[in-house]
Amino acid sequence: MSNQNQSEIQIKGIREGLLVTVSDGKWEDIQNSLLLQIQEKEKFFKGAKLALEVGIREMHAAELGVLRDRLADRDIGLWAVLSSSPVTEQNAQVLGLATKVSTPKAERKIKTPDNTIPGENAVFINRTVRSGFKVLSHEHIVVMGDVNPGGEIIAGGSIIIWGKCRGLVHAGADGDETAVICALELAPMHLRIANYFATSPKGKGKPQPELAKVVNGQVVAETWKLKAR
Amino acid sequence: MSAKVVTITSGKGGVGKTTTTANLAVALAQQEQRVVCIDGDIGLRNLDVILGLENRIVYDLVDVIEGRCRLKQAMIRDKRLPELYLIPAAQTRDKSAVSPSDMVRLCDELRNEVDWILVDSPAGIERGFKNALAPADIVLVVTNPEISAVRDADRIVGLIEAEEKGPAKLILNRVNSSLTKRGDMISAEDVLELLAIDLIGIIPEDENVVVASNRGQPVTLSEKAKAGQAFRNIARRLLGEEVPYMNLDEKGGLFDRLSRMIKSGGD
Ligand SMILES: Nc1ncnc2c1ncn2[C@@H]1O[C@H](COP(=O)(O)OP(=O)(O)O)[C@@H](O)[C@H]1O
Ligand SMILES: [Mg+2]
Repeated sequence: MSNQNQSEIQIKGIREGLLVTVSDGKWEDIQNSLLLQIQEKEKFFKGAKLALEVGIREMHAAELGVLRDRLADRDIGLWAVLSSSPVTEQNAQVLGLATKVSTPKAERKIKTPDNTIPGENAVFINRTVRSGFKVLSHEHIVVMGDVNPGGEIIAGGSIIIWGKCRGLVHAGADGDETAVICALELAPMHLRIANYFATSPKGKGKPQPELAKVVNGQVVAETWKLKAR
Repeated sequence: MSAKVVTITSGKGGVGKTTTTANLAVALAQQEQRVVCIDGDIGLRNLDVILGLENRIVYDLVDVIEGRCRLKQAMIRDKRLPELYLIPAAQTRDKSAVSPSDMVRLCDELRNEVDWILVDSPAGIERGFKNALAPADIVLVVTNPEISAVRDADRIVGLIEAEEKGPAKLILNRVNSSLTKRGDMISAEDVLELLAIDLIGIIPEDENVVVASNRGQPVTLSEKAKAGQAFRNIARRLLGEEVPYMNLDEKGGLFDRLSRMIKSGGD
């Protein structure tokens, strides 16, 4: 996948499912590259509810209808189109699509005291992920246990393994290059962050907690040191 | 007194499930236990051959389940031991002839008749495995110190956990005491460390096993064979005894290291 495609389309998890934001450019190209991304991560998208954010772009009802059908073929439900163009909004409404996602404003009304850190959601797995088992989430994933060879962890966010990582791990699976993977022992069969693969397999030596991240387009692993941030 | 159902399973075929079932049955029966083993490998039965009882089959598991005979009629008694019985698998049927609830019902009916019910599971994770797992009180996972066998064992251990039948106990079979290893072999320590379940026995690689099985005389019937000794030790552990692991080689060798490792693990 080229970098250009990535900048055209952003995918993130929201409360209501997935939010796909597309930039300017020829609609046909954008649609193709979205469908391509979906095809590459078929399992990840399957069954998802999808909201489309198109900005000021004017979209015809026919274009929206085609997209909806293409997505439906892949078991993805297009339910909302967000746009600042009245034309697009109207066309979306004609097709029975929502034009607003209820951003969790209501929740914000509950005033959090300044000393609480809001944090981000994560899925917690309190067991060893054995061969043939997998954990999939658009959020972060925390495993308290090992990830054995043949086990898979695929996260939209970061992956923290309080144990040995010897399976397949993919962080930032929605494209987030800032995602990290850390484990008490990092010796995965496959490691990937966003679209970057770890190239050289881990060397020997005494196992120690390590953190893998993307630096200048390459996955690097370093001893896990807690730095203030 | 109600029997315990012990299911012997592995994921991968050919690692020694049937060998283990036959030999544990013999070893338990040698300890004056009443034992019945059930061949769960419908269509591929061979527990009867290894026990040397194939010529005495009249009825099989599917006959019992489909009501063509009474349970007692399908139980072949092994005359070499006081109370050892086999319920053979059907040769001509596919696995769908038996359901998990059939197995639970059958085992419940047997519980008051014997002390141990050993169920030999077929390879794989399909219906036959589910049938064998359904009635289990204790699950023994058999593996070899070899990468693909351990990978499959890991998967099976996970499935057993998911079915809330765990924690399974591990039998490491065909362990070679010599330090020369083939490329796809992994050390016993690494197997234990990866699977992270309790070990209940280590069976050495022993050519007597093959010879004995071919003759229908499970190796445990012979006093001398090391593998037989190892199976007898597992039977005693099942009966609640604490039995030290055999030292099968010179000092500093595999078994030495392993027993030290097990001790430091605290069981
Ligand atoms: N400890 C052992 N030493 C040598 N051969 C063994 C040992 N255990 C099993 N075997 C042989 O391995 C083969 C497969 O064993 P079997 O019990 O039929 O496996 P499974 O039931 O898991 O398919 C048989 O030929 C058996 O005699
Ligand atoms: Mg078998």
